[in-house]
Amino acid sequence: MKYVDEYRDPEKAKALAGDIRRLVGRIPRAGQRPLQIMEVCGGHTHTIFRYGIQQMLPDEVEFVHGPGCPVCVLPMGRVDDCVSLAERPEVIFTTFGDAMRVPGSRKSLLKAKADGADVRMVYSPLDALTLARNHPDREVIFFGLGFETTMPSTAMTLIQARAQGVRNFSLFCNHITIIPTIKAMLDSPDLKLDGFLGPGHVSMVIGTRPYAFIARHYGKPITIAGFEPLDVLQSMWMVLKQLAEGRCEVENQYGRIVPEAGNQRALAAVRDVFELREFFEWRGLGSIDHSGVRIRAGYAEFDAERRFSVPNIKIADPKSCQCGEVLKGVIKPRECKVFGTACTPETPLGSLMVSTEGACAAYYNYGRVESVARTPALPQDAAAGGRA
Amino acid sequence: MSDVRERSAVQSCAARPAARVRDSHINLSHGSGGKAMRALIEDVFLGAFGNPVLNALEDQALLPLAVLARHGDRLAFTTDSYVVDPLFFPGGDIGTLAVSGTVNDLVVSGAKPLFLSCSVVIEEGLPVELLRRVAASMRMTAERAGVAVVTGDTKVVEKGAADKLFINTCGIGVVQPGIAIAAGNARPGDVVIVSGALGDHGTAILIARNQLALEAEVASDCQPLDGLVAAMLAACPGIHCLRDATRGGVATVLNEFAQSSQVGIRIRERDLPIREEVKGACELLGLDPLFLANEGKLVAMVPPNDAVRVLAAMRAHPAGAAAAVIGAVTDQPAGMVTMQTGFGGERIVDMLVGEQLPRIC
Repeated sequence: MKYVDEYRDPEKAKALAGDIRRLVGRIPRAGQRPLQIMEVCGGHTHTIFRYGIQQMLPDEVEFVHGPGCPVCVLPMGRVDDCVSLAERPEVIFTTFGDAMRVPGSRKSLLKAKADGADVRMVYSPLDALTLARNHPDREVIFFGLGFETTMPSTAMTLIQARAQGVRNFSLFCNHITIIPTIKAMLDSPDLKLDGFLGPGHVSMVIGTRPYAFIARHYGKPITIAGFEPLDVLQSMWMVLKQLAEGRCEVENQYGRIVPEAGNQRALAAVRDVFELREFFEWRGLGSIDHSGVRIRAGYAEFDAERRFSVPNIKIADPKSCQCGEVLKGVIKPRECKVFGTACTPETPLGSLMVSTEGACAAYYNYGRVESVARTPALPQDAAAGGRA
Repeated sequence: MSDVRERSAVQSCAARPAARVRDSHINLSHGSGGKAMRALIEDVFLGAFGNPVLNALEDQALLPLAVLARHGDRLAFTTDSYVVDPLFFPGGDIGTLAVSGTVNDLVVSGAKPLFLSCSVVIEEGLPVELLRRVAASMRMTAERAGVAVVTGDTKVVEKGAADKLFINTCGIGVVQPGIAIAAGNARPGDVVIVSGALGDHGTAILIARNQLALEAEVASDCQPLDGLVAAMLAACPGIHCLRDATRGGVATVLNEFAQSSQVGIRIRERDLPIREEVKGACELLGLDPLFLANEGKLVAMVPPNDAVRVLAAMRAHPAGAAAAVIGAVTDQPAGMVTMQTGFGGERIVDMLVGEQLPRIC
């Protein structure tokens, strides 16, 4: 596939992995602790597992899977709010697919749908707006979630809804914003990170400048990374190179997509529609100041929280669930007390086990790394022998 | 079955001319047991499948044991229901599916497929013309696979109680002595072969549903595999495992083999035959072609010494022209499928949980 295969070339990968191995020897490390590089974005987590990138790296380097999977950091109470909105008889509740299975305290949206709620999966908020126009007798609510990546399309949808005078469309806004979140992670005392792979799609919107504080104030190198496996490997190499040379900068590996200044039109739409909330509740991480956005008063008529009485339920994370520690990289998914036992993709306790971008689901589905590492090599001729 | 056909030439069943359906759309009377139902059965179903056993319109088909015994020593019996939406899609329709799906469930045991049943549940309001087209597809596919539809049932339900048309087919086939194909028979060293491009049916259906505004020329691979399996068994009667990779795709079948046989299965991503269009759709939607449904593809585990012969036999058959070796069986890790990624890494290929839900970013 053109423009894709080029970024999955195994020969280039092998060469890069070799470069990384040589580089690691030159980086000073505290004791035997491996270098910990956090990939902030869930898209990177998915790539790392899908292509088996961790196993290509030397033992001295490990990925820490960050909080950048919007589905994974959604607290149970917000899911309960979704379910109660979806269960109103006049409502068509629309959502992206991977939010469907996130457990609430009573049920997930998938279960609510099975119980009779009109929950529909859409690929874009504009599809939800179309649905509203086609069903003037129903209230269509779009469940908006995600970082700055998805925020502009939601903002544009509200702008269009207002321009078209659509009266039966509203947004249940759960958009979150990346910078305060990274800052909260860096301020967390139990975190020992050596560097970051920055989120590529978020940066396509916000640009590279907002990350400057990471290098300046916290002395950590960061490379904005693309999502193909070679992008991830090359970005890892760039972060390690900074460490080896004693530099701390914001570098941009994903220059083909991410401009330094971001996308001004997208940012203008976001500013027009959204404003920062004082705080937002995250699963596992607690409340983080200014980490979420809400709809401005000018668009109040499209705000599901104003339009319907959303119960705004606060539900504590299940006690046995260690999603927070996994999110901060303090423990690995398999070190969680309930990983693979009480919490599996079939019966997820925490949302890290739900999304394909969640660290736990990725470990469970693709990883369980030790067992893969023990797999004997496939004899070259066993597979080749049958090729005519 | 040949008996059934031979007799049909001399024995005319109908003492009176067959009734015709006069309505343009199905209504509840077509399932009520009265004249309208009789007309529907005679016109649409006997019209398509007519053979002496079916034409007798008894409550059951009587199948002479002697006919069955001529083909082997074990009966294979299977059932499957078809509820596909939309009913018509590029490469086939619910009728093609209802015959080839059940035929394929029979042939992957090594059985020669012989007889089918056909039960339909129709939502009232369905155009009769549409039902005729489905019956014609079933007839064509059945002829291709050499099976006869010998019994059936028709139910009509109220609007909203079913989605347009559901079909159930049961199938009977016979297995020759000496053939022992089972999911638990894989052995370390076995070669894993797939019969062609993966994920065509799943992709065709996704596109046909038209919710994605995707345009791509992908047709369902929906086809009976009786000829392909016969050619494979002629090349190697000792094939260890065989299964058609329908819902859950090739990944699911491989996991079933690995667990039943308590072996490891190791595949290579770069050897997987996948069309560019299917790859593209999967990229866009965040789906994995290994889990996409097929309706005319099988996975085989073949002893290493026979692999070259089986592969050549498959490629010589139209249904297996793009057959490929995708991996091999190992002894460890037992019960697990692993994949060498095209990128050079390693990962587990597990069973799917729930539906494949697309990623958002």
